[in-house]
Amino acid sequence: MVTQPVQGADWLLVLPLLLTMAGGAVAIMLRKKTAVQPWIAIGVISLVVVSNLALLSHVLQHGVVTIVMGNWLPPFGIAFTADPMGALFALAASIVALCAAIYATGSIEASERRYGFFPFLILLLTGVTGAFLTGDIFNLYVWFEVLLIASVGMIILGNDKAQIDGGVKYAVLNFVATTLFLIATGLLYGLVGTLNMADIAIKVSELEGQGPIYGIAALYFLAFAMKAAAFPVNFWLPASYHTPRIVVSAVFGGLLTKVGVYALLRVVLMLMPETREWMGSFIGFVAIITMLSGVFGALAQTDIRRMIGYLVISGIGSMLAGLAVGNQIAVAGAIFYAAHSILCMTALYFLAGLMFNIGGSFSMRELGGLYTKSPLTAGCALVLLLAVAGLPPFSGFWPKVMLVEGALADGRGLVAASILVTGVLTAIAIGRFWIFCFWRGGPEGTEDGTLVPQADGSVAANAVSLPANITLSLGALTAIIILVGVFPEGVMAIVSKGAASLVDPNAYVQSVFGVWP
Amino acid sequence: MEYVFAILVGLLMSASIYLMLSKKLVRVLMGIAILGNAVNLLIFTSGRLTRSVPPFIPEGSYLPLEQTANPLPQALVLTAIVISFSFLAYFLVLGYRAYQELGTDDVLEMRVAEPKGEEKPPLGY
Repeated sequence: MVTQPVQGADWLLVLPLLLTMAGGAVAIMLRKKTAVQPWIAIGVISLVVVSNLALLSHVLQHGVVTIVMGNWLPPFGIAFTADPMGALFALAASIVALCAAIYATGSIEASERRYGFFPFLILLLTGVTGAFLTGDIFNLYVWFEVLLIASVGMIILGNDKAQIDGGVKYAVLNFVATTLFLIATGLLYGLVGTLNMADIAIKVSELEGQGPIYGIAALYFLAFAMKAAAFPVNFWLPASYHTPRIVVSAVFGGLLTKVGVYALLRVVLMLMPETREWMGSFIGFVAIITMLSGVFGALAQTDIRRMIGYLVISGIGSMLAGLAVGNQIAVAGAIFYAAHSILCMTALYFLAGLMFNIGGSFSMRELGGLYTKSPLTAGCALVLLLAVAGLPPFSGFWPKVMLVEGALADGRGLVAASILVTGVLTAIAIGRFWIFCFWRGGPEGTEDGTLVPQADGSVAANAVSLPANITLSLGALTAIIILVGVFPEGVMAIVSKGAASLVDPNAYVQSVFGVWP
Repeated sequence: MEYVFAILVGLLMSASIYLMLSKKLVRVLMGIAILGNAVNLLIFTSGRLTRSVPPFIPEGSYLPLEQTANPLPQALVLTAIVISFSFLAYFLVLGYRAYQELGTDDVLEMRVAEPKGEEKPPLGY
C-alpha cells in the first residue's frame, strides 16, 4: 500500500511524460518558426533520454517502482509502474526518437515543419513512453490512442497520392485494432471490476481459469497482434510503411509494432498466465507463420523500403515465439529482441534514406555500385543487415540464442527450428540486398564493374559526401548495435530481471499494493 | 436489463462489422461510427445497470449513504467518445481526400501504394 509521501526519485516515472507533453505544446505554439522547431524537439527529447536513463538505473537498483496520480490509492487511482522491461523499452524509444529528430533536421522541409512534424514526433514519444510506463489498462488504451493520433498525422505529411492510399489502410485498421482492445477492456472490467494491472493480476489468478477470461484473452491477443503486425492481420504494414517520409517510416518501424509486442507481453503473459498456456500452441503457430511469411515477403521485394517492412514483420514473429514458449529465458529473449528491433529497424530505414540520397532510387534494380561511392555506408549497412539476420557479433544474435534455448528447454523444437530457418532465409535476403545495392559495379543496364575504383585515384571523383545529420543519427544507432552485440552482459541482466517480473508478477504487485493481499 | 443491452450491443457490432466488410470506403466509415457507439454501450453495460442515485456524498460524511450508480464506466465512456469522435472526423476528411486524389472510393481499386504488376527484384546474382 502506498502510504508514504512520494519519493523524489519516483517522479522519474512521470518526468518523461511531463517533458514531452510540455515540449509538444511549445512546439505546436511555435509551429510557424520552422527554424526553431528542430531545436525544441532535440532539446526536449535529449532531456527525456537522460530522464529514462536515470529511471532505468533507479529500477535496476530498487526494483519495480510505482507512483499513483493524485494520491488516490490503488486500485482506484491511475498508477504508473515501471519494471525493467518498461524502463528499457522507454529508453530505447527515446534514443530512437532523438536520432529521428536529428535526421529530420536535414530532411523535413519547411512546409512539412509547418504541418507539424516535430510536434507529432514529440507527442508520438509521449504516447509510446506512456504505454511503456503505465500500470492501468484503460490508461494503456489512452496512450495507444495518443500515439495513433500522432502517427496518423505523420503518415500523411507530404500529401502524396501514395501517402493518402497508405494512410487510409493504416489508420482504419489500427483504429479497429485499438477498438478491439477497448472492447476487451470493457469485458474485463465487467468480469473483474478493476482496471489497475496489479489488481487484475490478483483477481484473474483468483478466477482460476473460470468464466469468460479465455474469450477476453483471445480478444486481447487479436487486438495486440493486429497492432504488432502478426501474420493474418499484418497486411496494413507493407501497404503503408513505405509511403511516408523516410524518417517517419523509421520511427514507425522502430516503435509502433513494438508497442503491440510490449502490450502482448504485459497483458497476455503477465496478467493472464493460465490463458497464455491455453493459447501457447496457437501463438507458436502464429509466430512461425509470421516469421516465415515475413522473410519470404522480404525476398520478393524490389523496393528496399518495402523489403525492410517485411523484415519488421519477420522480427515480430521471433518476439511472438518468446511469448508462445513463455519460460523465463524465452521471454527475456523476446524482450531483448524487441529492444534490438527498436534500434535496428529505425537504423535500417535511415540507411534506406541515405541510399536514396546517394543512389537516387529506392529500387533494388536501379541501385548499385554504392560501395565505390561511399565505403563507410556500405560497412554500416553490412553491420545493420547482419544484425537483423541475427548473425554474431551484433545485437541480433543474443536474443535469438536465448529464444532458441528457451524453446528447446520447453520442448518446442518446431519453434526453435523455425527461428533458425528464418535466420538462414534472412541471411539470403540481406545478402542479395547488399550485393545488389552496394557490391556490384553499377545499377542494371550499366556494364558491371565500370564503376570499380581505379588505381589512379578515380575513387575520389566517384565518392560522395555524407550529410552530417544522417551520419550522426545512423552512426549513433550503429554504434549502439555493435556495442550491445560485443558486450551483451548488461542488457542481458536487464532483460532477465524484466522477464522474471513478467513470469512472476509478485514484485510488480508488491510495488503497487505493498503485499500480495 | 443487462441482457437487453447485451443483445443491442451485439446487433450494433454485427451491423458495424457487416458495413466494414464492404469495399466502399464510405460504408467502412459508417461501420466505424457504429462500432464506436457499440463499444461505448458495452463499457456502460459492463459497469452494471442499476436504478440508483448519482454518486454524490453528502456534506459531513465520508461514504455515500445508499447504493449509488457506478461512476467509473461513465468516465471511461466519456474518454472513448472523445477519441472515437475525433477519429471519425479525421476519417471523414481522409476519405474525402482519398476520393479526390485517387478518384475512387472502392478500396480494391486503391492500388497507388501497392501497384499491380510490380517489377520483380533481380532474379540472378
